[in-house]
Parts: sequence; structure tokens; C-alpha cells
Amino acid sequence: MGDVSRSLTLEGSEQGFATTRVDALLGWARKYSLFMYPFVTACCGMEFMSITSPRFDLARFGAEAPRFSPRQSDLLWVVGTISQRQAPVLKRIYEQMMGPKWVMAFGTCASTGGFYDNYTTVPGIDKVIPTDVYIPGCPPRPESVLDGLMLLQDKIARGDHRPGVVKPRFDPVKEAEPLVQIRRSAKDPSEIVPVLKEAAPVALGVARPNPEREGARLAGHGGPK
Amino acid sequence: MSKFVLEKLRERFGTAILETHSEFGDDTAIVEPSHWKSVCQFLREDPTLDFDLPVDLCGVDYPSRPTLSAGSGVAGRMEVVMHLYSVSKQHRIRLKARVGDEDMDGAELDSVTSIWPGMNWLEREVWDMSGVRFRGHPDLRRILMYPEFEGHPLQRTYPADKTQPLVAYRSEEEAGVPLHKIEPFGPEEGMPFGRLAVRRAEDN
Repeated sequence: MGDVSRSLTLEGSEQGFATTRVDALLGWARKYSLFMYPFVTACCGMEFMSITSPRFDLARFGAEAPRFSPRQSDLLWVVGTISQRQAPVLKRIYEQMMGPKWVMAFGTCASTGGFYDNYTTVPGIDKVIPTDVYIPGCPPRPESVLDGLMLLQDKIARGDHRPGVVKPRFDPVKEAEPLVQIRRSAKDPSEIVPVLKEAAPVALGVARPNPEREGARLAGHGGPK
Repeated sequence: MSKFVLEKLRERFGTAILETHSEFGDDTAIVEPSHWKSVCQFLREDPTLDFDLPVDLCGVDYPSRPTLSAGSGVAGRMEVVMHLYSVSKQHRIRLKARVGDEDMDGAELDSVTSIWPGMNWLEREVWDMSGVRFRGHPDLRRILMYPEFEGHPLQRTYPADKTQPLVAYRSEEEAGVPLHKIEPFGPEEGMPFGRLAVRRAEDN
């Protein structure tokens, strides 16, 4: 849609007109007025509550209004594991929504069935309904959910209905050094002692304060008291 | 735990108690299936036993178990396990009954819902998951799976990857994605010991 701040001021008796494309204008309008229907079935719901609450603040993206009627909503969040027994309900909810509509698969279970690989779990909601954005994670970190929402907004603006997967960001839990390493001794089981690695005190938050982080934290709370 | 309950049971029912053992403080009695209900009735009503809390009921499948001990002549493929507790006497017991042959024929037990109404849903669960019928149950329907489901998923003969979708899956062209089960995206999202991971390790 382009840059809204780049404006042209008309002087005196000057006259003019602006042009755009209808689909671009509609896409721009739609991406900031998402009415969401939370279809929450499992533990990812906790993370969904977090993302909609003020700390991560989904309202910034124009998606703050949950509608608990599918007829009033255009974004379906599928949050959690979908069992075979639930699948008809999900499909029906999707069919009741008015177009244009979008679907987010929130978490690994909704996206692929997760570690459930059995008689009772749908292996990904895309087997039942079309899905626009997949957010991996068990549960996904709030950052990936925000990434997913922005990816969806981008797709809406471009009228793109191909499915997209949110790329994982840096994950401190995964990337950092292990906190504890366990040494195993074959001779004497009592020698199995946990060894704190060098990085551990920082990870535990007891040593070496980081002034940069500290400043950022305080700034986030309105500066030092 | 004392073996008091087991002694009372053996004294009262004799050979109908096929086997007993006490391991790690757990007293277990294996009961002749035809005496299942009368043993339960006795445990509930005897004032010195007074088992008033039905804790759990489940089915365990041993498809390769040989024909059970003399007398019964039944191959006890499916083992129904019941845990009981007495709130007043503070003692426990585990009852087992082995029912059904290789094809699950004769996998029947008397319902004990008249003794403990709380066993109603547990018996429905055992019927749903393991396929043991309970005679005299007031409402023996599936409780976890949907009515259209065929078979009993916790029997070892049920294929591990067999699903029975209620909604027809979308076609692969329509979905634009492969429709077999795909692995979770990251290693921390699933079981590294899951079936897909094991299969992939075998292929490599």
C-alpha cells in the first residue's frame, strides 16, 4: 500500500486526486481489522492467553477483538491438539465463518499433530481445513506468534493464500550451553556429580550483572525509581 | 501392608482365588472371572474389609499369554485390573481377572456398577479401549472414542498407525501439502523416541 506519511499538500485553489488499487486498499484495511475466533483445545491455550494479554499485546496489530461466534470473525486460531472426534466441529466452525477468512495453526499439535501419532489425533489441521500460517513450537514462544501474525498480515495485504511456516528465532533454551553436565563413572556410582559449567552463574542470575540488559529492563518499566 | 485381606479372600473363596502375591507392599489377588462380582461384593460388604473407594479399572493386553491355569480353560489374554481402597480401614487391594482368548472371545465380566456406582464410566472405558464387555452394565457405550469407531485401540492387535477419521481428509492437490503424518518441526517439539524418528533412524 505504500507509505502513508508521504503526503502531498495542496495549496490555495489547487485541485487533485489520488489513485490506488481496490484490492490493495481492501487488503490494507483487512490486515488491521482481524476479528479472531480462538478455537482453544489444549495447553497452548496458556500461551494464547499470554499473547492476547497486555504484556505481548496483540491489539497492536489490530487483532484485539475475540469474537466467540464464527459468523462474526475472519481469523480462526486453532490452538492445541485436534482429536479425530473434534475434527467435525472444527470443520463446521470453519465453514460457518464468513469469507474472506484465514486460519492460523498455533503450535506443533495443530500444525502436524505434534508427538501424537496415534488413533485419536488429527495429524495437522490442514488435513481438514485450509491453513494459512503454521506456528511451530511446543508451545510457540510469543515472539513466533507475533511473527506468525505479521506473516499473515503480509499475506492478507498481498492476497496470498499459500501456506507459510514461521521460521524459528534464536531460542536461548536451545542455543545456550547446558546448565548442568552429568559425569558418569563406571567404578563408583557416588562419583556421579553434577558439574556447574562456567556459564551457569549468569544463567542463574546471581553473578555478573549485565548493565546493558539492566538498563533496558528499567527503561521498560519507566526508568529507575 | 498386611496380607490380611488376601487371607480373608482365600478363606472365603478358596480355589476361586487363582493366585495371590504381595510385592512392594501391594497385595494382588487373581480372581476366577466367574467369581468377579461376588468377590467384589464381599470386599465391599464385609465390615472388616469395607472397600468403599473404587480407585481404578483398566485392561492390559497380553496377546501371547498361554492358556491360564487349570480349571478355567480360558486363555486370559486381556487382564482386567481393579484397584480398591478402604477409606475407613486404610488398606488397598488389587484384583485381576484374565478373560478372553486370542480373538477376544469370551472377554466378559460381570459389571460391578451395582456395588460401586463410580465404576460405571471406568467399565465403559475398559469396554471402549480394550473390548471387555461387562454383563449387567446399565449403559455400555463408548466413552472416549466416537460411536463410529471400529475396534478397540488398546488391544495389541489394533494397528498402531491406523486412524478412522470422521471427516474425510482433503485431497493432496487441494491441501497443497503431503497428507501423511509429518514430524514436528523442531527436536524439542516431539519425542525423539517416537515412531517416525525410529523409522527414519532405521532407514539411514
